Amino acid sequence: MTVQEPVTAADPRLGGIIKLAVLAVGGQGGGVLTGWIEDLARANGYAAQATSVAGVAQRTGATVYYVEMCPVTDRAPVFSLMPAAGDVDVLIAAEMMEAGRAILRGFVTPDRTTLVASTHRALAVSEKMVPGDGIASSDEVRAAAEVAARRIVMADFEAIAGANGSVISASLFGGLAASGALPFPREAFEAAIRAGGKGIEGSLRAFGAAYEAALAAPLAVEAPAVQPAIGAGPTHLRGEWERLLARVRRMPEPVAEMAGAGLRKVVDFQDLRYGAEYLDRLEAIVARDDAGRGHLLSREVAKHLANAMAYDDVIRVADLKTRDSRFRRIAGEMGAQEGRLLHLTEFMHPRAEEIVGLFPAPLGARLEGSARAMRLLGRVFARGRRLRTDRLPSFLLLHALGGLKDWRRRTLRHGREVAHREAWLALALGQQDYDLAVEVIRCRRLIKGYSDTHARGLSKFDRVLEALPLLKGRPDAAEWLRRLREAALKDEAGKALDDALRTVRSFA
Amino acid sequence: MAERSFKEEIAKLRLGEGETFTGEGILAITKALLENGVGYVGGYQGAPISHLMDVLADAEELLGELGVRYEANANEAAAAAMLAASVHYPIRGAVTFKGSVGVNVASDALANLASSGVTGGALVIVGEDYGEGSSIMQERTHAFAMKSQFWLLDPRPNLPCIVKAVGDGFELSEATNTPVMLMVRIRSCHVTGTFATKDNRRPTLSVRDALSAPRSDFARVVLPPMSFAHEQDKIRTRWPAAERFIRERGLNEVFGPKEAPVGIVVQGGHYNGLIRALQRLGLADIFGETQVPIYVLNVTYPLVASEFLEFCEGKGEVLVVEEGQPEFIEQMLSTHLYRAGSPVRLRGKDVFPMAGEYTGQVMLDAVGRFLREAAPKLLPAVALAPNAPGPVIPDLSKTVPIRPPGFCTGCPERPIFAAMKLVEKELGKHQISADIGCHLFASLPPFEIGGATMGYGLGPAANAAFDGGGERRPVSIIGDGGFWHNGLSSSFTNMAFNKSDGVAIVVDNYYSAATGGQDIMSSRAENPTKATKHPIAKALNGVGITWVRQVDRTYDVRRMRDVIREALTTDAKGPKVIVASSECMLNRQRREKPLRTQAIREGRRVEAPRFGVDEAVCTGDHACIRLSGCPSLSLKKLDDPLRDDPVASIDPSCVGCGNCGEVADAAVLCPSFYRADVVHNPAPWEARWAGWRARVIGWLQARRRARRLNFEGVA
Repeated sequence: MTVQEPVTAADPRLGGIIKLAVLAVGGQGGGVLTGWIEDLARANGYAAQATSVAGVAQRTGATVYYVEMCPVTDRAPVFSLMPAAGDVDVLIAAEMMEAGRAILRGFVTPDRTTLVASTHRALAVSEKMVPGDGIASSDEVRAAAEVAARRIVMADFEAIAGANGSVISASLFGGLAASGALPFPREAFEAAIRAGGKGIEGSLRAFGAAYEAALAAPLAVEAPAVQPAIGAGPTHLRGEWERLLARVRRMPEPVAEMAGAGLRKVVDFQDLRYGAEYLDRLEAIVARDDAGRGHLLSREVAKHLANAMAYDDVIRVADLKTRDSRFRRIAGEMGAQEGRLLHLTEFMHPRAEEIVGLFPAPLGARLEGSARAMRLLGRVFARGRRLRTDRLPSFLLLHALGGLKDWRRRTLRHGREVAHREAWLALALGQQDYDLAVEVIRCRRLIKGYSDTHARGLSKFDRVLEALPLLKGRPDAAEWLRRLREAALKDEAGKALDDALRTVRSFA
Repeated sequence: MAERSFKEEIAKLRLGEGETFTGEGILAITKALLENGVGYVGGYQGAPISHLMDVLADAEELLGELGVRYEANANEAAAAAMLAASVHYPIRGAVTFKGSVGVNVASDALANLASSGVTGGALVIVGEDYGEGSSIMQERTHAFAMKSQFWLLDPRPNLPCIVKAVGDGFELSEATNTPVMLMVRIRSCHVTGTFATKDNRRPTLSVRDALSAPRSDFARVVLPPMSFAHEQDKIRTRWPAAERFIRERGLNEVFGPKEAPVGIVVQGGHYNGLIRALQRLGLADIFGETQVPIYVLNVTYPLVASEFLEFCEGKGEVLVVEEGQPEFIEQMLSTHLYRAGSPVRLRGKDVFPMAGEYTGQVMLDAVGRFLREAAPKLLPAVALAPNAPGPVIPDLSKTVPIRPPGFCTGCPERPIFAAMKLVEKELGKHQISADIGCHLFASLPPFEIGGATMGYGLGPAANAAFDGGGERRPVSIIGDGGFWHNGLSSSFTNMAFNKSDGVAIVVDNYYSAATGGQDIMSSRAENPTKATKHPIAKALNGVGITWVRQVDRTYDVRRMRDVIREALTTDAKGPKVIVASSECMLNRQRREKPLRTQAIREGRRVEAPRFGVDEAVCTGDHACIRLSGCPSLSLKKLDDPLRDDPVASIDPSCVGCGNCGEVADAAVLCPSFYRADVVHNPAPWEARWAGWRARVIGWLQARRRARRLNFEGVA
């Protein structure tokens, strides 16, 4: 990256003032980091001044800390109390979007700013509450940083801190040391940590690890390699599994990748026969798909059909909750090593609908038709239950429920899911417009969640697809269906979808 | 116990003659009070001067040694009223609160104090909460000084100047019998630096001694005809005395060359920002040596006309750097110029924005424009030339999400609003008014509960128009801080007296939490110098409110929801009040974490709870987040080509408050959540029993595993 000459003729000694800003999220320990930087400067013959805007922003809001320093002389320098756009030498961002905010506010400029940023994300509420994927793009921030900053030191400083039993202030301090933006040696930084007096060992470890990581060449982001899905298990099942896998491998490449994941999901959900049914359905579609379009339709079917077939019922949840791999994973994550015990509490709240869903289809449908029966079932079964799965009674209950796979095909819920799935596939495959068919398949993404959320998802799915007749024959029908689906994922109540539907009706 | 402890820093308050203090502005002010022989201190917390109250609270021992009385006042009005001790007695007193809201509350007492006049120095330290980081309406404290005629100091923002201003303030107050306000902005409260200390001084007359020799003088009472005499005294005696003192003591400063075509008048607090702009324009060096004359108003009220006119002499144009609106100083200075028949052109809000903070960029642009227009010859050539266009930086304004403050991880207020949201799903949207405090974050997404706030302690009062009732009851929310600040009288007696049909929820988190966790009347903490543990419910009963429901664990979302529903639907007459109590998690963790770590180390049995999400069970609809917003409940993108949407994920910062599980249950969301309690140092019998259970469970799991295909561990 080229270094530009400053454009103003400011006091040349102004270059002697180093201006450093820290943008953090409240609670990240920006104050500790600022304290270290200040101590570091003062201990090394610099006059330093720090300020902050704390206040209520400390409650998870965006916060700014600011330090200025210059070599000590016999006169006191006049330092500013806030960073100014275009006038920051070092910008430390304790989170990726805070780096973005720094760039947005003009605190990162190509002529002078060294940007030390942690690539991890602390998601804002607005990103998390979207029913779909509302996460802001870190790539856009990175791309902007590459233009805006004179130098970039980026790493997941949060992970580095965590791995070393410390907090992000220590690892960011390591990144700052490695950036070389301050005229002090590594030892001086470490001395500042020691002088701070709290959690010295952990801080030094995180500091060191971050220092090394920042110096190392940036790691190329590798796409996760798609591994062949090999199941461990009894020989006779493995043989059948290999035969199914061979069928996947015979599919065109873009489909095969998705079909491998899909096959694994449905076999894990039910059994090998179910897997074979999945492949039967898929192969029929591949056969009539358009190679010129890269088998896009088949690939999307491979994905969404697997999700549709592996629906979320009580049996699946009970099965997943009682697996030994889960118990091991949780024990590892929670730090329940040797000598410690792990209590596990599950929060289950089945509704009468879920209970009835487990009944054989004809009986279940009859019960569902009777308000009295549903009330009774609701009273007996449907209430919040805290199940201690590390204890036998609860474990046995869920273990037994999870073992009902052979029963599943007879249940009311299964019948419903099959009917819904077939209607959806028929609707999609009945479209003349290839792109529109693809979009209809993708609408399956709208159905997710449990109980109310599931019902709302279903209704959104129905409402989006109701627009199909209105879009028929339009050259941009697929694009509109995509927009409707995206709108449906924007908010819970479906306001954006209502607006989009109104637009569609206005031109239809 | 406040959020931040200053116990270690308190040692700095004991520094003596010839030593050097290094630290934060707030602490420096405290030290300056002690050096100036203050006799009593008090105030009410609030950013940016919360830490001043915390420092004082932590320094009570030292204050006691010096014979200084410290009072944690009930509110700002009480704090300002305390300065009455300086009316008759020659005792220096100082109180602190935030501006402009605290000054609003205090204004009754301040106006009376200013009318009566003072004998001992009376200093009000106001933290002006304006601009970035502010949590209040954007107004200026300046107006209060003008209307009540007390003096306003706005020193340059470095430690020696701020410390000097404390001493100057007391002397100015005594020389003019007028209370003085020392204004410090957010950043100068937290600015670090050094100054040379002096010995602390005991007050010449302590408040204790004053009680032994009481004084009174009806001439000081604000009653006619004395009140008319007070007004005349302010203008005829105190004001000229103030002008004299300011000139003689050189409280305002002039920097730069004597002769120049232009000059700049600046509020002391903005001196550093102005110098930075001049530095960047090539007109000042890093020590503040300026080529443009600067008149620094360390006293922004009153403005000394003669001093200002002298500064203006020989100059063509003068710029006023005055942040905020209305532009009181510029108007006043214009009047001075006009009355003097001066030809000097006064500039200010024509180049500066009328509203909003004077950031580095605003200062650079405005000062640059003024100089280019008024004195282009002063500017170096490069500063006149247009900047070379830099590379175009991609616009991130659509990418970067806003990040307003919100409830902390494990906050006990979150389940109250989750419950409220569930009730609204059943009964429909309600008229909801809010108060001041952490609970106000509920008005933001994801809760969006509450549409207005009228001030501290005024939540229920803000619903008074709806007290008569209707189809749906009005709901108001107030914190325990607001309750004791003035909510009990302004809000609850108002409800009781007017037989309100409304519902009020008191969020009782054991502290004045939003301001930093200070103790209040209903705090559960043992406080050696304050009376705590007074239940809010008892106070409510005392004012005649009988329908009071106490919820002692807000995390019980189902109970919370049922109580709110009951309050909204009961046939009971009169106000319906719910006291929802659970300790502020920030303070609780600060208290309990070290104890827990210690207990584990000592081999005692400890259960550490944390929540988790089964990512295979989570479908990524984020309904849980829309009922929570907890920082530790976040999202994670799975490495699974079949899944488009990120799933919920709980990071290790989780404190195991239980809200996730309770909400998932009460709202019938999904079975993804689990709670994991790690038992440290279990009892031997407990470990044996658990081992036996684990063997049975392990055998069952292994048996099922052996009978099917297993894909775990395969990417």
